[in-house]
Amino acid sequence: MTSESNVKWIGKNTIRPDGADKVTGRAAYAADATMPGMIWGKILRSPHPHARIRSIDTSKAEALPGVKAVMTSADFVEFPVDTPVPIGIQDMRWMSRNIMARDKVLFAGHPVAAVAATTEKIAEQALELIEVDYEVLPWVIDVEEAMKPDAPILHDHIRFEGKPSNIAGKLEHTLGDVEAGFAQADVVIERSFRTEPVHQGYIEPHACLVSVSDGKATVWSSSQGQFMVRGMCAHMTGLPQNDIRAIPAEIGGGFGGKTIVYLEPVALVLAMKSGRPVKMQMTREEVFRATGPTSGSVSKVKIGATKDGKIVAAEGTWWLQAGALPGAPIRGPVGCGFAPYDIPNVHTLGFDVVCNRSKVAAYRAPGSPIGAYAVECVMDEVAEALGIDPLELRLRNAAKEGTKAAYGPVFPRIGYEETVRAAMEHPHYRAPLGPNQGRGVASGYWFNAGGESSAQVNINEDGSVVVITGHPDIGGSRASTANITAELLGIDYRKVSVLIGDTSVIGFSNLTGGSRVTYASAMAVTESTREVINTLKARAAKIWGIDPEAVIWENGEARPAGENAGNFEPLTLAEIAAKANSTGGPIGAGKQLNAVGAEGGFGTHICDVEVDRELGIARVVRYTAFQDVGRAIHPAYVEGQIQGGAAQGIGWALNEEYIYDKNGKLDNASFLDYRMPVCSDLPMIEAVIIEVPNPKHPQGVRGVGEVPIVPPLAAVANAIYNALGIRFYSLPMSPPKILAALEQTERLAAE
Amino acid sequence: MTETQYLAPHSLDEAVSALLAANGTGRILAGGTDLLVQMQAGIVKPGLIVNIKKIPEMTSIEETPDGGFRIGAAVAGAVVGEHERLGKAWPGVVEAINLIGSTQVQGRASAGGNLCNASPAADSVPALVAAGAVATIHGPNGRRTVPVEEVPAGPGRTNLAPGEILVSFTLPPRPPHSSDAYLRMIPRTEMDIAVVGCGVSLTLENGKCTAARVGLGAVAPTVLLVKDAADALIGSKLEDDALEAAAEACRAACRPIDDKRGTIAYRTKVAGVLLKRAAAIAADRAGRA
Ligand SMILES: Cc1cc2nc3c(=O)[nH]c(=O)nc-3n(C[C@H](O)[C@H](O)[C@H](O)COP(=O)(O)OP(=O)(O)OC[C@H]3O[C@@H](n4cnc5c(N)ncnc54)[C@H](O)[C@@H]3O)c2cc1C
Repeated sequence: MTSESNVKWIGKNTIRPDGADKVTGRAAYAADATMPGMIWGKILRSPHPHARIRSIDTSKAEALPGVKAVMTSADFVEFPVDTPVPIGIQDMRWMSRNIMARDKVLFAGHPVAAVAATTEKIAEQALELIEVDYEVLPWVIDVEEAMKPDAPILHDHIRFEGKPSNIAGKLEHTLGDVEAGFAQADVVIERSFRTEPVHQGYIEPHACLVSVSDGKATVWSSSQGQFMVRGMCAHMTGLPQNDIRAIPAEIGGGFGGKTIVYLEPVALVLAMKSGRPVKMQMTREEVFRATGPTSGSVSKVKIGATKDGKIVAAEGTWWLQAGALPGAPIRGPVGCGFAPYDIPNVHTLGFDVVCNRSKVAAYRAPGSPIGAYAVECVMDEVAEALGIDPLELRLRNAAKEGTKAAYGPVFPRIGYEETVRAAMEHPHYRAPLGPNQGRGVASGYWFNAGGESSAQVNINEDGSVVVITGHPDIGGSRASTANITAELLGIDYRKVSVLIGDTSVIGFSNLTGGSRVTYASAMAVTESTREVINTLKARAAKIWGIDPEAVIWENGEARPAGENAGNFEPLTLAEIAAKANSTGGPIGAGKQLNAVGAEGGFGTHICDVEVDRELGIARVVRYTAFQDVGRAIHPAYVEGQIQGGAAQGIGWALNEEYIYDKNGKLDNASFLDYRMPVCSDLPMIEAVIIEVPNPKHPQGVRGVGEVPIVPPLAAVANAIYNALGIRFYSLPMSPPKILAALEQTERLAAE
Repeated sequence: MTETQYLAPHSLDEAVSALLAANGTGRILAGGTDLLVQMQAGIVKPGLIVNIKKIPEMTSIEETPDGGFRIGAAVAGAVVGEHERLGKAWPGVVEAINLIGSTQVQGRASAGGNLCNASPAADSVPALVAAGAVATIHGPNGRRTVPVEEVPAGPGRTNLAPGEILVSFTLPPRPPHSSDAYLRMIPRTEMDIAVVGCGVSLTLENGKCTAARVGLGAVAPTVLLVKDAADALIGSKLEDDALEAAAEACRAACRPIDDKRGTIAYRTKVAGVLLKRAAAIAADRAGRA
């Protein structure tokens, strides 16, 4: 590949192609789409957390002037509960029931019907005219309550150990023999933890516009994958995929929450029934009530180590709330929890527990922060018990090339140790702390994903380049793709335009998720560009009348090589493009592939907090995140990912939580009371980029976007312990909780 | 479907008659940062909206002949923040008004709206109560004045009669070595709603507190004037004992609820902490040696 010395665009903070549009308000998000004749769709949602639907009478709503269509789950294809219908990592049985309740409502906010009308107001009035006869059922939200023998059962078809249960699934990994391992340990620490559900908090609520004409549907929507939108719409309506064109709008954040659909199939049915284009847009309240947060959890983690700081055994069990339908991210904690460490004996176990709240959706490294929270807090206690510096303990046990992870793989070259060393050597780790301040560290791991990507690289008549990929750009992938293409072709990156193709112009491309886009699309783009370069060389050879093998591509031009060297003036890309027609026609290439070798990513964070002991407020005052990113194609974007992940993790640790009232309804469905950090809550988060290239990728890329949300929960908890001498075993560590713990400690000290 | 009428009168009498004619369906619009949000959420559905920002008396700040201030009820927070002499005399009132929302919200939100929305957590109200501000109210039967703490009746309810409009706040003249301060506890650093708010206004003479008032927010159905806390401060040199006694009076005055924003125990404890901190700031501003 490109040798380090003459790299021109990879690693450069090029100007983001979407930047000007975004800051000037020109960027077209899904809610900006309008069409002549467009009408508005609205959803009727269940007021009950759990109820059987005896009947739904929509006749009055249908009779209201201005109403053009009404739908219920009867208008969707039915997927029987006993036959899995996988689409990606989702299952249509659950997706369809999540989008529109069938037989039962399973959470307050669960859609039961939808209408489309000429105005939003009429649509809202029509919702009030729909009569739903509910048989209200007992409900359960808490994960531990949901597992009790007398808990209300959500789904009759779910059985665990032969009995009706809310435990919908289980995942287990075993390495070595933990019992034997713990027998060798000098120190064994076991603790239980609890986390609350937290929402992805993307700024843009879900929105779409769907138009159907002559049996062909066009869907404009905000999603993390237009092909996912097309696939789910096709499944739900029975339309063939070629009759659905899904166009990805500019997206205002997703963080995993837009890897599934909520509105598009509903709008599609309403559009089919009404013959009019239908627009739907959620309110923020609907986003909180009915779209996926991630799981709340309880967990238990046990780690045993010898006096010299060698971890000999580790065990972890996680119970994760799935919400209304199966699918909690148990893979996250069970697979990633102990992955940073080389431990001979490991046992991890996870349970997928359904309960009466909205179904979880992916959230940045799904489940892994929950795993790391428990593991990294116990690691801190083990280090303390052994009298070893917590980073030193991590270093002594660091996973490295050749380490076998409990979830299966043997790691190739990875950069975990490098993150720990960088943290130990960073001035932050030695900086003095002020009064009421404390410092904590934690590490984290995320698998990263590969999968299907398609790319098309076209050379324009003037020698500029258009690249089309199939992934919505959430984190700056257009800029990274432009950097890579410009690098390979040896041209100015401003000559490269990168577009996101809709489902009718580019081949299948899997979701923007799993930190996979820059990784996988770089592979498809690299292969396409290499083919383009071969064509360019062949065209130059034809012009010169020499053998194509005797042409090399260097610095954006074809040069004769070998015995022809110096015999012809080099031909630039623009010159070859100008002659494309006479040398064989337009030049371009497309590749479609299933990217493999997305190696995992590791990070280690240092967090300083300051606690107001009288008010119980913990504030992060300094934060440094160290991450092995493989290769930073666009460093500013990589830093942005690391800072964003850390910020979300800090919010999870300190203030964010879903609060339910006594009727099982979410009580804080707004950004006022769902307390994500605001800008002034956080210090500038320093991102330290470490580059241990992924040996399986042409540019060395590893996924970047998810790892940084994994360590903060424990890093903050460990810092608060360091400041106060009090360990918290549940999140969020909100002011009332901290103050209550301080008072209790004072009381105990006084007694 | 009922339509909403909109009116922007230039005089108070016009506004009052329009409100009366609307038969209880009328709503006053100042900055709209509460009203429009509530309309969006479907909580209120006014038949008539009366925009009061065209009434000069309600959108101006004046210095009274005796050395006090008269702040129009509809003056936006940003305008209050730019009034230099007001800021010198009543830094606590001004900081409380300026804490409302964000820069964008400050361009619209008024202290009058803050008071009449009658949220127990309204930020400007404890400071206005501590300041001894008097509300001037104009209605069908002419004008009346009441202390600010008598305007709210409970969460979302005021003691204004039908057709009555809050016109302005009057702040009394300031003796030398007087100042005030407002503090609120929020889990975040901004864009949050007070879990507890505390305003303290005091006057010092040779280091001794000769006058004081304490307003406490978000710990009861309405913002409280805590006389016992003020009494604990008056006559003291703000020694630890006096501050602790005042804090205890604040805790004792609390009648909070447990909700998503804070627990009873937490709010009660914090009320005392904020009293001490706000008193210290006010004393420093008053020129405590
Ligand atoms: C993003 C955001 C952040 C916020 N942050 C805060 C905060 O930090 N602290 C805080 O306390 N509040 C906050 N608020 C609430 C709101 O901004 C304040 O209560 C503000 O002071 C209301 O003033 P307004 O002029 O906008 O009132 P409006 O919305 O115009 O009116 C509020 C109510 O009072 C009535 N009313 C208004 N003026 C009069 C009058 N002169 N006479 C009689 N009745 C009247 C109206 O009819 C209405 O019922 C926030 C709101 C938003 C949207």
